[in-house]
Amino acid sequence: MSGVLGGIYNTVIRSNGVFLSAIFVGAFATNLAFDTGSNALWDSINRGRQWKDIKHRYMESEDEE
Amino acid sequence: MLARSGLRTARAFGSARTSATRNATRNASTQSEGAASWKNTATLSASTALAIGSCTFYYFQFGRSVHAMTPAEEGLHATAYPWEHEKFFKTFDHAALRRGFQVYREVCASCHSLQRIPWRALVGTMMTVDEAKALAEENEYDTEPNDEGEIEKRPGKLSDYIPSPYKNDEAGRAANNGALPPDLSLITKARHGGCNYIFSLLTGYPEEPPAGAVVQSGLNFNPYFPGTGIAMARVLYDGLVEYEDGTPATTSQMAKDVVEFLNWSAEPEMDERKRMGWKVMAIGSVLFAMSVWVKRYKWSTIKTRHLQYNPPVAPGKMNPRQSRR
Repeated sequence: MSGVLGGIYNTVIRSNGVFLSAIFVGAFATNLAFDTGSNALWDSINRGRQWKDIKHRYMESEDEE
Repeated sequence: MLARSGLRTARAFGSARTSATRNATRNASTQSEGAASWKNTATLSASTALAIGSCTFYYFQFGRSVHAMTPAEEGLHATAYPWEHEKFFKTFDHAALRRGFQVYREVCASCHSLQRIPWRALVGTMMTVDEAKALAEENEYDTEPNDEGEIEKRPGKLSDYIPSPYKNDEAGRAANNGALPPDLSLITKARHGGCNYIFSLLTGYPEEPPAGAVVQSGLNFNPYFPGTGIAMARVLYDGLVEYEDGTPATTSQMAKDVVEFLNWSAEPEMDERKRMGWKVMAIGSVLFAMSVWVKRYKWSTIKTRHLQYNPPVAPGKMNPRQSRR
């Protein structure tokens, strides 16, 4: 455990620039991951109810014209 | 030392006095026991009766609920239906919104306006761009004044609002025996009971008014409408519209679809609001749990410390067991 923490300290936290950029990159990555995952969950809960699930019925007829 | 002995004497005197008075009261109660208990019972009963009576009087005077209107004037309470789109994690059923807009356009729109909904709001929720453009172009709108100051007509655009059936409220009243058909944009928010009320109203017209109900001429009987006399007659009958997706157009199906559409027109932001809402709750609960952990971590030294207090002892009276926590 201490070896892992020491490794994290030596690679990430010791240099301020690396630590700051790690915080920024981590924030963006967490945001992306959370948004993607939660939206996927939302769409699976509401499958077939939203417009993007049913619009193909009405878009196809226009492609044929 | 002197003070302590003085206290002791005072305590001795006090105990002697209390024992004396106790003897006296005991003697008094044993001597006149019958008369005193009868009086005590009567006093207690009378005061209890007075307390209950005054509470009852006060409740009847001020505590009862007062109704300004009779139940008929309040209207029948609408049944609570299990609306799928009112659940915390469910969006509107957009196929139902599309059917509901069809019902509004073919049935309701002849009398009721929908002033706050532009054509563009339909795009991406229940229609494609081309369908909404075609519907908008069927209507004529005023242009800006041209060089001669004339106001001409132009076909509608997506940015125009859905046109009203009447020019103004007075025209609407004049065409409907003085009863103004309300604007339906916010009607689910504007009526007590919301979706349940509108659904019950649309489907709640009886075949005949019940015996004894007074219905003025020009009005129709509906138990859910406050006052029970409503200017709108029953409009939804089985098979009134023909749905393009093949759903059977029963009265209740049309009412359910149009109610969901009217709920959308009152709260078009609902889908996005619920999606953002549960994300906020998820992240917020994680942050709350972290803040609780940080608080316990920071306070752990304070919460687990042990205070010991040894009071100063009078000289010559050392007692090692007197240390206190």
